[in-house]
Amino acid sequence: MSMPFYVSPEQLMKDRADFARKGIARGRSVVVLAYDDGIAFATHNPSRSLHKISEIYDRIAFAAVGKYNEFENLRVAGVRYADLRGYSYDRADVNARGLANAYAQTLGTVFTTESKPLEVELVVAEVGPSPAQDQIYRLSYDGSVADETGFVVMGGQAEQLGRDLGEAWRPGMTLPEVLHLAVSTLGGADARDAPEGEQAIPASQLEVAVLDRTRPRRAFRRLTGTVLAGLLEEKPEEAPHGP
Amino acid sequence: MDFSGRLPHAFTTPGSSSFVEFLANHAPDLLPSHRVGTTGAAGHAAPAGPGAQLAPHATTIVALTFGDAGPAGAGGEVGVVMAGDRRATMGSMIANREIEKVFPADEFSAVGIAGTAGIAVELVRLFQLELEHYEKIEGALLSLDGKANRLSTMIRQNLGLAMQGLAVVPLFAGYDLDRGTGRIFSYDVTGGRYEERDHHSVGSGSVFARGSLKKRWHPGLDAQGAVHVAVEALYDAADDDSATGGPDSVRQIWPVVVTVTADGYRRVPDDELAAVAAQIVAERTEQADGNRAARPRAPRTAGQGGDAQ
Repeated sequence: MSMPFYVSPEQLMKDRADFARKGIARGRSVVVLAYDDGIAFATHNPSRSLHKISEIYDRIAFAAVGKYNEFENLRVAGVRYADLRGYSYDRADVNARGLANAYAQTLGTVFTTESKPLEVELVVAEVGPSPAQDQIYRLSYDGSVADETGFVVMGGQAEQLGRDLGEAWRPGMTLPEVLHLAVSTLGGADARDAPEGEQAIPASQLEVAVLDRTRPRRAFRRLTGTVLAGLLEEKPEEAPHGP
Repeated sequence: MDFSGRLPHAFTTPGSSSFVEFLANHAPDLLPSHRVGTTGAAGHAAPAGPGAQLAPHATTIVALTFGDAGPAGAGGEVGVVMAGDRRATMGSMIANREIEKVFPADEFSAVGIAGTAGIAVELVRLFQLELEHYEKIEGALLSLDGKANRLSTMIRQNLGLAMQGLAVVPLFAGYDLDRGTGRIFSYDVTGGRYEERDHHSVGSGSVFARGSLKKRWHPGLDAQGAVHVAVEALYDAADDDSATGGPDSVRQIWPVVVTVTADGYRRVPDDELAAVAAQIVAERTEQADGNRAARPRAPRTAGQGGDAQ
């Protein structure tokens, strides 16, 4: 007689986590970087219409990696959540923390109760009136939430790219500076050895958006075409490294 | 009931990009058409009554197109101007002198409201959200006709209240990005949608405003000229309609005037409007002075006063 199947809860959770992690690591990375006037999002995405970065509300944006159908579903839910909340209370009462909590509960519930965890990782970011009031939440497939400062990398070789960014990112960078940093990070190590004026990833293959705190109501703006190319061409000054 | 705190299933159900449809399924009590009037016993609607006495009413809105939409390169900006006076009335009383009745619907359209102010403002809020919601979910703007049709559906849902005297009649105008022209749409309480040529006005002073627009509007107006015509039409409406407020130079209250062009929605700043209003008042004063000078005043006889109350 063979033993009946028994899988320990530890093993079950580990299997699920491995499954989700594998799915997330397959895709390309998304980087999120704070700069002096807002928060920038960038990823290598050849599609013009299937976005990984989107607007949720006036000051809130969403970025995701993993399975498109799963994070698209969460994005739509987030827009509905934010719009419903803003309509029944006031626009000022919609904040990233509430949305991050709702996402965390959703991801956590699916992770423990459904047959397959969601293979997604999300960032919910909100720009405040000053850089100190910016909020960046990173949500994992199991519902865990991390409150990040400065920068986040998700998907692909997230750990390696995160270390690269950690060395180069400092508070108060300008938009062209963080875009250069994002592009060189996404393009990997070889981008830094590329000849002058040549980018590892062409502007047409990049999906870039910003939450710009200087804009009046809706802070979210996609950077495409000539605007993006212009920003990437701007040579950032050789800034001294912070202490 | 799900107490896990996760987003309800209605939120993650794929389907409609419409916020109104989402509300109707998930939280119907938040819709303006469900909120009032339907609370009577056994589906008994509130009796038809003098709605004008119950709640503030918003009055005159005018809209007109400008620019030459002819062959490309004809020059000048093309778009629409929309303007609304600042008065809300409750019966014969002025309920508010500073109400705003012209709103941005989105970046390329404006909506002005006449009728029961409370319901109209709520409707506009929902309409703005509807357009923004669609834009965020679909990642694209609705066509101008699509926006006009959405507004039509929302007014139709208000028909029950309109029958009780709480009607909302908006005027919708926008810049059509596909055609490259400004367009104006008017509505009736049943949700009927009518495209207007050149210019239109709604509300209690609309008869007088329309007469003024008819005389002053001409093809090839520029943006500045169109703003002048719009303010003058409101001035004429205020002249003859007690529910429409004219420019108030004492309190520095000017009409809300907006332009919508390929560059988007822009509200005309108050100092520009003050100058336009001053110019119109000066022209009218000069005209009245001329009229008086041409006609020597006859001595007034007793018993000719109006209906003094």
